[in-house]
Amino acid sequence: MEIAVVGLNHTTAPVTVRECLAYSSEQARESLRKLCQVPDVEEALLLSTCNRTEVLASVRCLPAPVGGVKEFLAEDRGVPLKRFEPHLYIHTGEDAVRHVFRVASSLDSMVLGEPQILGQIKESYRLAAECGTTGCVLNRLMHKSFSVAKRVRRETGIGGHAVSVSYAAVELAKKIFDTLEGRKVLLVGAGEMAELAVEHLIRNHARDIRVANRTFERAVLLARRFSGAALKIEEIPDCLKAVDIIISSTGAPGYVITRDQVKAALKARKNRPLFFIDIALPRDIDPDINRLPNTYVYDLDDLAGVVDQNVAERKKESVRAEAIVDEGVIAFARWFRELDVVPAIVGLRSKADALCGAELAKTLAQLRHLSPEDKAAVERLASSLVNKLLHDPICFLKNGMGTGQRKRENVAVFSRVFGLGETEGEE
Amino acid sequence: MESALFYIALAGYAAASAGALGFLSARSAVWHKAGHGFFLGALAAQTLHIALAFIRLGHFPASGLRSVLCVAIFTTALVHALFYWRYRVKVLGGFIYPVLFLGMSLAAFASDAPPETPGLLSSPWLIVHVLTVFLGDGAFLLAAFTGAAYLWQEHAIKTKHHGYFFKRLPSLDILDRMGYALVAFGFPMLTIGLATGCVYAQMRWGLFWQWHPKEVWSLVTWLVYAALLHERLAAGWRGRKTAIMAIAGLLALLFTFFGVNLLYSGHHAPFTRL
Repeated sequence: MEIAVVGLNHTTAPVTVRECLAYSSEQARESLRKLCQVPDVEEALLLSTCNRTEVLASVRCLPAPVGGVKEFLAEDRGVPLKRFEPHLYIHTGEDAVRHVFRVASSLDSMVLGEPQILGQIKESYRLAAECGTTGCVLNRLMHKSFSVAKRVRRETGIGGHAVSVSYAAVELAKKIFDTLEGRKVLLVGAGEMAELAVEHLIRNHARDIRVANRTFERAVLLARRFSGAALKIEEIPDCLKAVDIIISSTGAPGYVITRDQVKAALKARKNRPLFFIDIALPRDIDPDINRLPNTYVYDLDDLAGVVDQNVAERKKESVRAEAIVDEGVIAFARWFRELDVVPAIVGLRSKADALCGAELAKTLAQLRHLSPEDKAAVERLASSLVNKLLHDPICFLKNGMGTGQRKRENVAVFSRVFGLGETEGEE
Repeated sequence: MESALFYIALAGYAAASAGALGFLSARSAVWHKAGHGFFLGALAAQTLHIALAFIRLGHFPASGLRSVLCVAIFTTALVHALFYWRYRVKVLGGFIYPVLFLGMSLAAFASDAPPETPGLLSSPWLIVHVLTVFLGDGAFLLAAFTGAAYLWQEHAIKTKHHGYFFKRLPSLDILDRMGYALVAFGFPMLTIGLATGCVYAQMRWGLFWQWHPKEVWSLVTWLVYAALLHERLAAGWRGRKTAIMAIAGLLALLFTFFGVNLLYSGHHAPFTRL
């Protein structure tokens, strides 16, 4: 038995190729059953996200089923194999296990440490389990990958700290205001990034959103979306007395908010802190405002700098995450190595126990004069003899069988030596 | 028994420092829990130590540098425990526990001389005086630490160079509120401490106020904190200015506590004699 991964991701394939192989969950449900009909494929799972499509399979032997899976993908998606074959990666054995753990731990993601991938894997697993295409091996592999991913998240800082500009702004706001609950937000202008930042703030319980715009109708529209209030641009200086966080993203050529306006507002606010997030180019907020007490100004470059620091931090943490993944791979590989030989071990044990029991019964039947203590001693002798005799062969079975085809042959020879009827080792 | 408790407290603060510094570097909750547990254990041992000494001596154990340091550490730890319970700023342990440990180490080498004026420390006025002054001092020490943390964190945010401590220190808002709450707690304590001191001086020497350097410097310290509170309440000072004031206040306080006793003689000198 072997584990194999066939797939492509954002580093190996351009989006034009990735989109050809993408699956919706309905399509995946259909294809999973067909996938299990590929010769020698025993269990299968299909993971499809916007950054990757992967088939994870437990196969009877290698490498034949890998070709089968490739052809299946081509046929199933109606894409000529030669169009995506150069972009495919194929992992087998421990490499496949490591790959699965790394993907689940978000070490293989485009944005290192992003949390969605684990949910996507869980969803794929749920789908495969529902279709009945997972078994002993993949069940174990998936559960192990969830626990590795959780450990990585718990014990390393890989998921810590924002790696997007709008989220970095929210984190900064939290370092200034602690809780954003009840903080008031002013959005000046409009724009995707600014609106995203406002949404993040709302999700962190910021309330009372005000929107100012050169065209008042646009302000009204946006304000309605955030269930806030619309302002005219002339009302901004007055508004500075009340709000805590200002996000600015206008197309204005000069500064929309000046130092003097803020200075005047600070007095009225009794120095309660003000946080300016300037996402506009050219800038909307006079950078000199940062020099005023209890006032903090971050422009796009500053936020990008924060993101860079956080990305570097995550990269550093990923080294520790890889070590956790390695530990998981070793633990899984040990279990997996023994999996092939478990039938042989069970067979050997039960044969020995049966022999031992039968012989004891025969002998003890003839030795009626023995006291119960003596009988017990004879039984102990027999079972310890059997155990000691079996110890070395079982150890050899667990560790000395090699891998792949060789392993199967070895287990088969082993089974023949001990006369163990039907086992997995014999094909 | 008493000296065993002293060393248990000393070891407890050492272990607490290790735990808190471990938390500072690794940021894992296990370190913090261990550090905080050791800290509470050390505080309990020290409380028992002071109580036993009180019973044995029949007066408040605050004569000689050793017992004075013990009382100062005890009150600081007490204030820290109180404010930790309220604000849950875990990272401060990494700065405070080592200071407590250093103080205890200093106390271990200091002499424990009997008071030169027996009976002095059994007056309830004096017990209140010592306890409130040290509770106030403890709060001001912690306020200065909080202020320093605030300045550090604000510097990181203003300059946009987020260093080692940025992620470890809490938000400006918490540091500011906590610093203010510490001063607001310490100030009435100091006020009661000074007032009871005056009352006692009147009872003993017939004068409320003698313009001793100790008294003058105590007044200076008191005025610094009074100014801080006034500006905060009236002019809305917050953040950086209050943080700087809290540190300035601590400098005045340290001079009142150590400097005056070393430079001038007076009725407080025996309490900090080495």
